[in-house]
Order: sequence, then structure tokens, then C-alpha cells
Amino acid sequence: MFLNRRGKITIAILFVWTAVQWSGCGRSKLSITLAGSTAFQPFAEKLAEQYMTVRPDINITVQGGGSAVGIQSAISGTAQIGMADLVDLPEEAKALQATVVARDGISMVVHPTNPVADLTLDQIRQIFSGTIRQWNVLGGPDDPITVVSREAGSGTRSSFEQIVQQIHLPSDAIIQDSNGTIRETVANDKNAVGYLSHGLLNERIKALRVDGIECTVQTIKGGQYPLVRPVFLLTREKPEAAVADFITYILSAPGQKTIENSGLIGVE
Amino acid sequence: MQVFGENTVRRILMGIAFSALFGLLLIALFIVKEGFPFLVKVGLRDFLLSSTWDPQAGRYGIYPMVVASLWVTLGAMVVGAPLGIAGAIFLTEFMPKPVMRVVKPTIELLAGIPSVVYGFIGVMVVAPIIRGHWGGPGLSVLGGSVILGVMVLPTIMSISTDVIAAVPQSFREGSFALGATRWQTVRMVVLKAARSGIVASVILGMGRAVGETMAVIMVTGNAAKVPHSMLDSVRTLTANIALEMGYATGLHRQALFATGIVLFVFIMILNTIAGAAIKQKARRR
Repeated sequence: MFLNRRGKITIAILFVWTAVQWSGCGRSKLSITLAGSTAFQPFAEKLAEQYMTVRPDINITVQGGGSAVGIQSAISGTAQIGMADLVDLPEEAKALQATVVARDGISMVVHPTNPVADLTLDQIRQIFSGTIRQWNVLGGPDDPITVVSREAGSGTRSSFEQIVQQIHLPSDAIIQDSNGTIRETVANDKNAVGYLSHGLLNERIKALRVDGIECTVQTIKGGQYPLVRPVFLLTREKPEAAVADFITYILSAPGQKTIENSGLIGVE
Repeated sequence: MQVFGENTVRRILMGIAFSALFGLLLIALFIVKEGFPFLVKVGLRDFLLSSTWDPQAGRYGIYPMVVASLWVTLGAMVVGAPLGIAGAIFLTEFMPKPVMRVVKPTIELLAGIPSVVYGFIGVMVVAPIIRGHWGGPGLSVLGGSVILGVMVLPTIMSISTDVIAAVPQSFREGSFALGATRWQTVRMVVLKAARSGIVASVILGMGRAVGETMAVIMVTGNAAKVPHSMLDSVRTLTANIALEMGYATGLHRQALFATGIVLFVFIMILNTIAGAAIKQKARRR
């Protein structure tokens, strides 16, 4: 054989160690999987981390994929909790138990150097339908607009299109598959315009006023800002005790505080 | 110490080898089973040649994606093949052997970089450069080609290096003896002898480029329309599947599996050509 005695012993020890680790994992830790909305994903991760310090016996995994994935995986059972941020839940999600855990504004974003600071809903409709194609129409530079949108299964996109109404996305619009990549794309393109969760704004992109109203926690709470949708957590009719407990934690004071601290709006 | 007999070991190895083949067969069957009903219903011509992809409206034409995949892949070859082959020639013919033993594994290390990283470099570095110099959205065929061209470098370079190094030393000595310079020897003797192997390396690199998904999703912008220039944003076959498979149901889901069949056939054709090229070389020896 090509291994000497010491090599064999090392491999044997590694084998046993891995086996022990695996069996240990399976027995002592309950695991919960969340999947869906990429807008709520970072907050779910934060909440899961905090919850796991309180309940070290539970292991929570958070996956993205978009709201439609969240609904699909909650129905099929691949995830115990589906995350969806839609204005209205679709027909197939009616069989699930839905809990609103937060509200979230959709911010219109452009590159920080873009002089445009304000758009009306009608202008947004025209930009995302391809009728306005130049920034100079909107008081900006003499450059073409790069429209950045999401894939059709995105909750942010369907909420956005439902609120703004009558959007027919042009076929040359750039499609990104998460809130995070929208942010990267807009931050790296001075002609881009996109939309993403208010909680994911940072200094590398600029949020626009919509109909003259700035996208802030106050305006979303007060109902002046138009682009707002709820965040649903979807479970089967009777969730397991651990799953229900995690959702209760999110709705509790410390959970809601985490949500508010990171830019989302809690539920009263 | 004899734990296993000769025969037992042979059977175990055979079992493992066949399980890999069996897995591949299952994957192929699964894709065909899910996608074929769609092809029958919609028809191959409508599917491949109509240029509107709008699942919500029930329009399933993947012509833009087929064109996009071809453009991006060919672009990647234009970027990657000359670099890879030139690099391989330099490594084998002009670089001292000890240096080559260090440089070659370093290049092969490129293959180990996750494609997300290439994608990020594309979004943060390549796309802004393209936008700044030539306009357009930056996330484009050109951007995808450049990134994929670099990604296929290790494949093309390491196989080409092996093929060129395998050309018998006597060929070169013969050429030198006739008074040829080093470059003449490379061009007229070595490259001729290694030609089919180099072709095979390029085709294998092409297979890699067609199948790459993550980096392409990030760099090409994913607009589902037929490109008119290298600066247009496009969506490749792989990107189309990866973007929509998560939430697709019913006919839409079947359409994505049918896209998978097209991709499968695409790659099989490429691999068959590569296989033929390698066989041709073996016959000539």
C-alpha cells in the first residue's frame, strides 16, 4: 500500500472524528431553515444570530432566492419558514399561515454623482417602461438611462410593479437576482437607476425622493411614502414549537428592535 | 496483510466507476423527462427561433439566449485562446524547465478561484472600464467575454502545455539540424505536430465557457433580447435557467428544463468534436 502505518492511523482518526461530529450535530441540535426574500435575508440572518445566542440548542439557516422561492419552499416543506415581501400574497400561498413581521420601503436608487434627486410615480412608470430613456429629460446629464430591475420571482419587483402600476419592462433592462447585486450594479454605473429594500441603503448609492417625499423610517411609518410593502413569514398551518417560538421572538421587543435598528419598520 | 482479495477490489472499483456513470445517466434522463413534454407541446422551431421570452405572457422563445451564449462563448475564445496558446508555447519552448515547474502550477491555480470572485471583478473593474470607454451599460457581451476568457485560460494553457511538451524532442532536433531558428521550429514543426491537441484544449475551454453561470449572471446584465453589438447586455442559456429556476412552476419550469436540454446538446456536440480531435492525433502517431 502507498500509505505507511502512521498515515493510516491519521486517516482512521479523521474518519472517526468526522463521524462523531456528524452524529453529534444530528442529535443535539434542532434546525430551522428560512428561505426567500433577499431583501429580508440580511435581517433574518441578524435575528437568527441573536436568537441562537439565547437558544444555543437551535440551529437556524437562512437562504435567499427571492419571495417566490420563499413561498415555494414553504409549501413544499424544504424550508420551515418562507420569507416573502409582497403587497398581496398569491393564491397558492393562501394555504400557508402568514405572519407580518415588518414593513419595508422600496427605495429608488441612483449613482451618488447623479444630480437627479426627485422622481414622480409617473416618471418612474415611464422610465421602467422604456418611454423615458435619457437623463436630460429629468434634468440630469445628457446620458442614456440604464434601467436595472429584478427577476420576475422577486417580491421587491412585484410589489414595485403593483404599486407603480402599468410597468412594461423594456427587454434591454438589466436584470439582477438579488437586492445586494442591484446595489452593486447601481453603485458602479453612473447612469443606472434601480430599486431595493430601504434597509439596504448605504452611502455608495443615492436614494431619490418619490413624489417629493424622502424614503425614511418616519415617512414609511406615517404612510406618506408610497412604495411600502409588508414582510411575511410563511409557515405551514401548525408550525413546530421551535419555529413558532422563533417567530414569537422576532415579534417580541428585542426582535423588533433589531429590525428597526437596521432600517426596516416594525409592526405595532 | 491481505484484507481484500484481487477480485473483491476489482468489483468495488467497478461499482464505484459505474455509480458515477449511472448518476450522469440519471441526470440526463431527468432533464429530458422534465423538458421533453414542453418541446412536444410548443415545438422545437418555436422554442429555438422565436425571440420573445416572457413566461408571464406565455411566450417562450430562447433564440436571444442561444445567440447570447454563442456570442459570449466565441468572445471568450477570441480573448482566451490566443493568450492561452501563446502562454503555453512560451512556457514549453522558451522558458527554462525549472521556472516552468513553478509557473505552470501557478496558472493552474487560477482554475481554483471561485467564479463569484471573477464575477465581482467583472462588475467592479471590467464593466466600468467598458462603460467609460465605449458607452452602453458596461454589463455586456464584451465584459462577459473578457471575464470568461480569463476563466478558460487555465484549461487551455495547461492542456496545450502538456500537448506541446509531448512533441518528441527528436522533431525539434531535426528541425534545428536543418538550420531552422527556434521560432521557425515552433511554428513549422512543434505547432503542426501538436495542432489537434491544441484544438482539443480550446474546445474543452469552450465547454467550460458555455457552462459557466455565476460569473456570467453577474457580468452580462441578463437582458433577454437579441444583442446587436458587443456592448449590449445579454442573457445566456445558463443564466436564464439559474435566474428563474427558483420560482418557476408548470409550463415555465418545463421550459427551463427544455433550455437545459438545448444546453446539454450544445455541450455534447462540443465534447464530441474535442474527442474526435484528440483521436485524430492518436491515429497520426
